[in-house]
Amino acid sequence: MSATEGLNLTLKVWRQKSDKEKGKMETYQVSGISPDSSFLEMMDILNEQLIAEDKEPVAFDHDCREGICGSCSMFINGEAHGPGEMITTCQLHMREFKDGETIYIEPWRAKAFPVIKDLVVDRSSFDRIMASGGFVSVNTSGNTQDANAIPIDKHDADKAFDAATCIGCGACVATCKNASAMLFVSAKVSQLALLPQGKVEAKERVQNMVKQMDEEGFGNCTNTGACEVECPKGISLENIARMNREYLKSSIS
Amino acid sequence: MSTLDSKVPEGPIAEKWTNYKNNIRLVNPANKRSIDVIVVGTGLAGGSAAASLAELGYNVKAFCYQDSPRRAHSIAAQGGINAAKNYQGDGDSTYRLFYDTVKGGDYRSREANVYRLAEVSANIIDQCVAQGVPFARDYGGLLDNRSFGGVQVSRTFYAKGQTGQQLLLGAYSAMSRQIGKGKIQMYNRHEMMDVVVVDGKARGIIARNLVTGELERHSAHAVVIGSGGYGNVFFLSTNAMGSNVSAAWKIHKKGAFFANPCYTQIHPTCIPQHGDQQSKLTLMSESLRNDGRIWVPAKKEDAEAIRAGKLKPTDLKEEDRDYYLERRYPSFGNLVPRDVASRAAKERCDAGFGVGTNESGEAVYLDFSSAIMRYGKEEANIKGIHNASETEIKELGTKVVEAKYGNLFQMYEKITADNPYETPMKIYPAVHYTMGGVWVDYNLMTTIPGCYAIGEANFSDHGANRLGASALMQGLADGYFVLPYTIGDYLADDIRTGAIPTDSKEFEEAEKSVQEQMDFFINNKGKHSVDYFHKRLGKVMWNKVGMARNEKGLKEAIEEIKEIREQFWKEVSVPGNANGINQELEKAARVADFLELGELFARDALERKESCGGHFREEYKTEEGEAMRDDKNFTYVAAWEYTGEPSKAKLHKEDLKYENIELKTRSYK
Amino acid sequence: MSKQLFSGSIGRKFAMALSALFLIIFLLQHFTINFTSVFSEKTFNELSHFMGTNPLIQFVMQPILMFGVAFHFIMGFVLEIKNRNARAVKYAKNNGAANSSWMSRNMIWSGLFILFFLGFHFNDFWIPEMNYKYIEVKAEDPDRYYDEVVHMFENPVRVIIYCLSFVFLALHLLHGFQSAFQSMGARHDKYTPAIEKIGRAYAILIPVGFIFIAVFHYVNSL
Repeated sequence: MSATEGLNLTLKVWRQKSDKEKGKMETYQVSGISPDSSFLEMMDILNEQLIAEDKEPVAFDHDCREGICGSCSMFINGEAHGPGEMITTCQLHMREFKDGETIYIEPWRAKAFPVIKDLVVDRSSFDRIMASGGFVSVNTSGNTQDANAIPIDKHDADKAFDAATCIGCGACVATCKNASAMLFVSAKVSQLALLPQGKVEAKERVQNMVKQMDEEGFGNCTNTGACEVECPKGISLENIARMNREYLKSSIS
Repeated sequence: MSTLDSKVPEGPIAEKWTNYKNNIRLVNPANKRSIDVIVVGTGLAGGSAAASLAELGYNVKAFCYQDSPRRAHSIAAQGGINAAKNYQGDGDSTYRLFYDTVKGGDYRSREANVYRLAEVSANIIDQCVAQGVPFARDYGGLLDNRSFGGVQVSRTFYAKGQTGQQLLLGAYSAMSRQIGKGKIQMYNRHEMMDVVVVDGKARGIIARNLVTGELERHSAHAVVIGSGGYGNVFFLSTNAMGSNVSAAWKIHKKGAFFANPCYTQIHPTCIPQHGDQQSKLTLMSESLRNDGRIWVPAKKEDAEAIRAGKLKPTDLKEEDRDYYLERRYPSFGNLVPRDVASRAAKERCDAGFGVGTNESGEAVYLDFSSAIMRYGKEEANIKGIHNASETEIKELGTKVVEAKYGNLFQMYEKITADNPYETPMKIYPAVHYTMGGVWVDYNLMTTIPGCYAIGEANFSDHGANRLGASALMQGLADGYFVLPYTIGDYLADDIRTGAIPTDSKEFEEAEKSVQEQMDFFINNKGKHSVDYFHKRLGKVMWNKVGMARNEKGLKEAIEEIKEIREQFWKEVSVPGNANGINQELEKAARVADFLELGELFARDALERKESCGGHFREEYKTEEGEAMRDDKNFTYVAAWEYTGEPSKAKLHKEDLKYENIELKTRSYK
Repeated sequence: MSKQLFSGSIGRKFAMALSALFLIIFLLQHFTINFTSVFSEKTFNELSHFMGTNPLIQFVMQPILMFGVAFHFIMGFVLEIKNRNARAVKYAKNNGAANSSWMSRNMIWSGLFILFFLGFHFNDFWIPEMNYKYIEVKAEDPDRYYDEVVHMFENPVRVIIYCLSFVFLALHLLHGFQSAFQSMGARHDKYTPAIEKIGRAYAILIPVGFIFIAVFHYVNSL
């Protein structure tokens, strides 16, 4: 193939027909990729190419394409969401890659995130953890007290917000050598433990969420800190420490 | 028209909702347990409705096409949510929020609905704080507010640039609680393919399990559609890739009227298109217009030099810049409503002053340099630095701007590789929100009994243009505080109905027709991918049914869309099979509906021979180029009834009566 | 709820961290006594005699220590196996260095090396000591300890093995010290930077000190 304008790349992509079948890495070539394109736009081009060749396109999760919905989930060249800090795959741009480069594209790997097709994994374990306690038990009524009735220390409010920015993408699990979900769980535990509204049921929450997390088959945290580095929202390890503290406190009191 | 009864209660506007609630029929808790409700979509409207209905005791089945309810596109809303709390003491009130929303909507919304929205807005903030939504706070620990386009008070609550995310996670956590209790059965990765109408009432849906490909029948006593807007009819928009019109369109084809499809919001501050490989556009929050100043070069030759890369924006002297919004609208300046700002940008670019790198030069500058200096001086004063140098001031100001908009600036830099602290951002309008949608009455019920539409999927509150930070307000108002009351009035008749069987012929027929469509796509083996058609549709929509429309273009568009649709049904190619994840198949079904909606959209725009809000007809403008309404002939909601073909849809008119607000020419000058 | 304290993932982490902190304290005490051998044969012998004969240390502290060591190793293996099981299919390409330190990713290997060393070390000192005291039941000679140590480090192969092991100990501690605090939730914007600094200092100084002792006695023996 003659060199076209833009990037010419070799892609090694995980292909797997369904959760029941075995998968393997396949090799594809794409050319003429604009450096201004996003990584997912490059995947779109690959898929159009495959459709034109009457082959099945690569299935991958994606939706908002602006880094907030948490759908996209690719392990690119050995890193969750690829190279670059504080980004999701959809925010990764092709200018990060060199012409002629080989790119490995794999799904999140974790027992608790089974692959259902190609690069699509089942992250419903996160939903089940949330359903076990990731909420404040308050009904919709319109009669809750005025929003300004309890002033909240700005420092705590800001920390709660930082924890709350988790998009539930699962990069923490994907990148952790133990496939641990502690960053995800601790972000929710922290957010609610830091706010007076969430403190009321903080004990039950941390116990129930950790129990569910363990049941889902996630690994244990060994404090490597990889999750914090790869987290597209920069959720801090501080949250895991806070969850540990909350858990220990609730276990002895 | 007799077919359209808006069911707006009698009485003075401020008392309508309260009186209505007091007299509405209720369903007792024991009976709620034997009533099922289906909610399609889990964004702010669907999510909050599902949670509230389950809390009340109904059995809720919720559906979303994403892998988790938390990923609905409400999550991408950045700026904030309006509420008439008057925490700032700047004269805000329910009436003012009501007034601003009606005026902002260019007097094309239903008064009673908007008043109710303004009334419950304060409850939303209380409810969200109680759920643990971390809104921005000041050093006293109280909630902070900011100002948004089209208003003169600060009533917008926010959580940095992630307000939609935080509100959605609040609704999602409320849902999670009910999922844990078993009161909500959650169907992730399921797409509604059709609604099932039995004896004239909505009684269920056919859903496709996107993982296994199976078609499933789900029955209920009422069906709630909270599936969002249809901006993706333009292919390129700020909507999520999966956002679609199908749920709304399917109920339209079974009897729900579709109202004002041509009212589309083109958001002024989006990142310009980079090229043909682009798959979607990214919005930059409107909150940026609080501090950013919008300009283009005052001289054409400068604009040309910039486009050619020979000149940098920072090289241009103050007098060579045209701050056209400040020039044209001195009292609102950069904070004019979205439709006005978008059209003004298009006007400058069409006139040759654009600074974009694409052929038509589609981009204008959004500049923070004066804000940085202004904040820097303030900070210097606060810190008691009296003779600060320019660099020091700039540094201090940059910090303030970073604290306010840091994540947005970062997002911009990630996408464009330009540093917005050093050089002005480039922005251009993009399709963002659709004010039109399924017609609903005061109860949010469509013209199919038992079928409701909430949030962006309905048409009710924003008229011809939506003000910033009002979409979140409407979604949550509908889901938390309106639908849970109004749906009871309907369901009160169903307490003795018992479970709805799914083996009736209506379910059978609906499933069969969906199955046939799936089979058709798989077996068609055409020569073009789904995106090929979607992109072509988008181009026609943007060029002829976009920011400025005229009769000739609209007529052409109707013909062209029809052609694309015919070709689509002949030549579309969907690889793979229907027994598992097949994202091309999902897209094909959605694009099929967009190809019908697009035509109705153009037809609606053609019929509305006036300019109002997001709908701008080139034939109807003032000498200064501003939109010109025709209140005498067009103060109505255009509700379209499906008759078998989009262009032959039958128009029903709901006349809009303004009893509490005087119809005026909207002016932001 | 106390029964959950040591079950579950966080409970196990906590237990791991507690045993680690205990071993860190033990290591400091061990080093302090050993270091006296560098400058005072008499002090070293006195302290060693005390440690070797005091019943509280022999029959209470020593078993606790044995338990702590065994617990730390066994728990380490249990966690490692559980963690490996949490990812059944490995990545074809994994760039761990992009987001974490070598030490943090390889605690099991540094730990295994230390275990191998412990076996060696027990063989050198502890088994002969037990044999001396409780099997052959020889009469206690309060001055024998210094000579025994010096004699051990006459062998250069042994000195090299010891030095290498301390390098692994340093690597283990570089991650382990602050990790133990994190696991127990002891993290604070103000104090954590200090803990991290102390941890790094400890992780380097103690093993370097042990290496110094070994090399010192070897050089002296030449």
